[in-house]
Amino acid sequence: MSVTYAKTPMRVQDPAVRRNNFDEVALGYTLDEAMAEAGRCLQCKKPMCVAGCPVNVQIPAFIKALTKGEFESAYNIINETNNLPSICGRVCPQEEQCEKQCILSKKGEGIAIGRLERFVGDGFLDNEEPANRALPSNGQKVAVVGSGPAGLTAAADLAKFGYEVTVFEAFHEPGGVLIYGIPEFRLPKALVKKEISKLKALGVRFLTNVIIGKTLTVDDLLEDGYSAVFIGSGAGLPRFLDIPGENLNGVYSANEYLTRINLMKAYDFPHSHTPVKHGRKVAVIGGGNVAMDAARCALRLGAEEVHIIYRRSMEEMPARAEEVKHAREEGIIFDILTNPIEILGQDGWVKGLRCVKMELGEPDESGRRKPVEIKGSEFDTDFDMVIIAIGTSPNPLITASTPDLKTTRFGGIMVDEATGATSKEGVYAGGDAVTGAATVIQAMGAGKRAALAIHRKLSEKACINFAVNLNAAK
Amino acid sequence: MYKIIEKRTLAPGVHFMRVDAPLVARSAMPGQFIILRVLEEGERIPLTIADYDRTEGWVTIIFQEVGHTTGLLAELGIGDHILDFAGPLGRASELDRYSRVLCIGGGVGTAPLYPQIKHMHEAGTEVDVILGARSRDYILLADEIRRCCSRLYIATDDGSLGHKGFVTDLLKELVSGGERYDHVIAIGPLVMMKAVSALTREFMIPTTVSMNPIMVDGTGMCGGCRVTVGGKTRYACVDGPDFDGHLVDFDEAMRRQQMYRQEEKESHICRLPGMGGQVR
Ligand SMILES: Cc1cc2nc3c(=O)[nH]c(=O)nc-3n(C[C@H](O)[C@H](O)[C@H](O)COP(=O)(O)OP(=O)(O)OC[C@H]3O[C@@H](n4cnc5c(N)ncnc54)[C@H](O)[C@@H]3O)c2cc1C
Ligand code: FES
Repeated sequence: MSVTYAKTPMRVQDPAVRRNNFDEVALGYTLDEAMAEAGRCLQCKKPMCVAGCPVNVQIPAFIKALTKGEFESAYNIINETNNLPSICGRVCPQEEQCEKQCILSKKGEGIAIGRLERFVGDGFLDNEEPANRALPSNGQKVAVVGSGPAGLTAAADLAKFGYEVTVFEAFHEPGGVLIYGIPEFRLPKALVKKEISKLKALGVRFLTNVIIGKTLTVDDLLEDGYSAVFIGSGAGLPRFLDIPGENLNGVYSANEYLTRINLMKAYDFPHSHTPVKHGRKVAVIGGGNVAMDAARCALRLGAEEVHIIYRRSMEEMPARAEEVKHAREEGIIFDILTNPIEILGQDGWVKGLRCVKMELGEPDESGRRKPVEIKGSEFDTDFDMVIIAIGTSPNPLITASTPDLKTTRFGGIMVDEATGATSKEGVYAGGDAVTGAATVIQAMGAGKRAALAIHRKLSEKACINFAVNLNAAK
Repeated sequence: MYKIIEKRTLAPGVHFMRVDAPLVARSAMPGQFIILRVLEEGERIPLTIADYDRTEGWVTIIFQEVGHTTGLLAELGIGDHILDFAGPLGRASELDRYSRVLCIGGGVGTAPLYPQIKHMHEAGTEVDVILGARSRDYILLADEIRRCCSRLYIATDDGSLGHKGFVTDLLKELVSGGERYDHVIAIGPLVMMKAVSALTREFMIPTTVSMNPIMVDGTGMCGGCRVTVGGKTRYACVDGPDFDGHLVDFDEAMRRQQMYRQEEKESHICRLPGMGGQVR
């Protein structure tokens, strides 16, 4: 068998066209393309890709099933460890995880595992969960706080174990970052909604408009008869730069900008009633996925020029490689080694940005080379909108209203990593609420581990209660 | 879905609604607010909780038709449902440490003030109240408030009820005339709260104002509601809505409130019948 060292390309919308619409950029594989790509897999005896996946999807096994045309079997193999393949196939940083470990990547391009995962997942999007997957209710209630990937995964697994699961969501729509943060052109909302309706079919109840810590507290949930609580409330608190001019009109946190556009559909204003400013010349500060998403949204809303302002170099940029590539193709300008020091204003509105040039010095705690300011390199550029995408941290609403929930220095909820158990009896946590802003797959992994730990704990309790009752009866 | 169980029109374009929302009522406190959405394409807007009953499970809101969403809300009647109704949000007002308080309400600002007056009155605090509005038709809840305060003063711009002029005229008169208050609570338009705070600073009376900036989530996740207080950026939805009136940057707040004025105008034109825009 001859080895092909190049990935089967995936069709994408033409950059010149897609920069004007919110439709999905990457179009997915056809059956032939998927088969061609799956055929490249060497079926390693000791597959490194599996170790590279945070939830250890059995990659060679599902690819093998795919090559044999056994699609359902491929789907089931993925589904054993990953409930949301269509989503992960689109948003995981594969180049840092499974694909990086692929043996083919030593000499050429690794298998396009993400694209294949997407192909398999998409084929089963319209399938409702087979009803027999849900065991009959065991009569115990579990509460899940937050409906991002962590909460959705925990809810799905707990429902399959037989618990009556209620998900409490602060927003009017479930999905977390998948709905309010990641834009339509990268992750179609219809797909997320399908995944959520599958959970509803499993018997999971969603209560939106409930803010835990305000409407109800964690203690209220425990008193209301929930045997356990899983907290997957994410890291929704935006960080600002703390530089002059940040409260000028025309300055947004990426969270606000993206929520207006994605959740509130401001791109469809005035049909949708939520407005968003349309910048002409937009600066987006930061180099992660959030920054790329905000920049590409600004472009799609008609900006003439959009700049990513990042204080390190292209190599350190944390965004998915594919998003950086797509952003470049669409004409986003990258101002690297540049750090903003003041937002300039006129009559209360943004007028420009004062930045300094940076150079890379010694490596810092994160192992990346630390950017240091070049003295006297200040310069001003005209902008009429500034979007700040320099990171988020966990929201203190829940921890502040639950005093016996211990937190880390960064405000994350402290947990036992293997189980997600917090300092409070019966309360578990996972995802960004624990780690700070991370990834979809890590949040899902944490939701899965916690669901299993909750199940173990509650079944143990049920066993003990049974034994106690038995003794009492004697 | 949250059912409207009572609706009244208090003044031209000013409405009162009692809404069935047991979970909100269960933990509501004076000074807190809710965020609602009227329809699927609708905007999320904050409204202060005017009153609540934990056992009966309802919350009341009072609002003025000022924009598109409040206009749509006003079209709903008894038995209709509000699509989303989330809360209670924000910090509860700190009301228990004063002995003699002057409350100043301007326009619909009287609505959020009322539960605070009631709460303090029930707790034994002596409360005087000044209400101000354009004209007598816009003076809200005067009867309800009269029942739970020591003295009620009224000012209208056109003199159709009470003093002809501003609430600040009455404030000045009272304090210069020797009345002593250990705290002032002012809720109303930004210009009014700014003017009241400027006066009470002179008189050295600590003053609380309630900020109502543009919001999205109401939980601290967007930062759109930021206000500068004492040189520091605070989020009105989680750190407020109450702040020290002597420290608030009112000029910035007024400017930020204008952020979408252009869009509002454009959307109004688009939504006019025959202009090709959707009206639901
Ligand atoms: C714009 C953007 C782009 C991203 N792109 C990628 C990507 O390409 N790939 C990737 O792997 N990761 C990406 N991420 C990161 C990823 O989305 C997150 O790591 C992941 O969503 C975390 O999942 P979670 O379930 O922990 O929290 P979230 O998805 O944040 O969900 C938390 C949910 O809890 C709700 N909530 C919060 N507080 C409360 C409360 N008190 N009561 C009730 N509900 C509450 C929130 O409203 C939210 O719905 C991106 C993030 C953003 C913001
Ligand atoms: S409304 Fe979004 S942070 Fe306050």
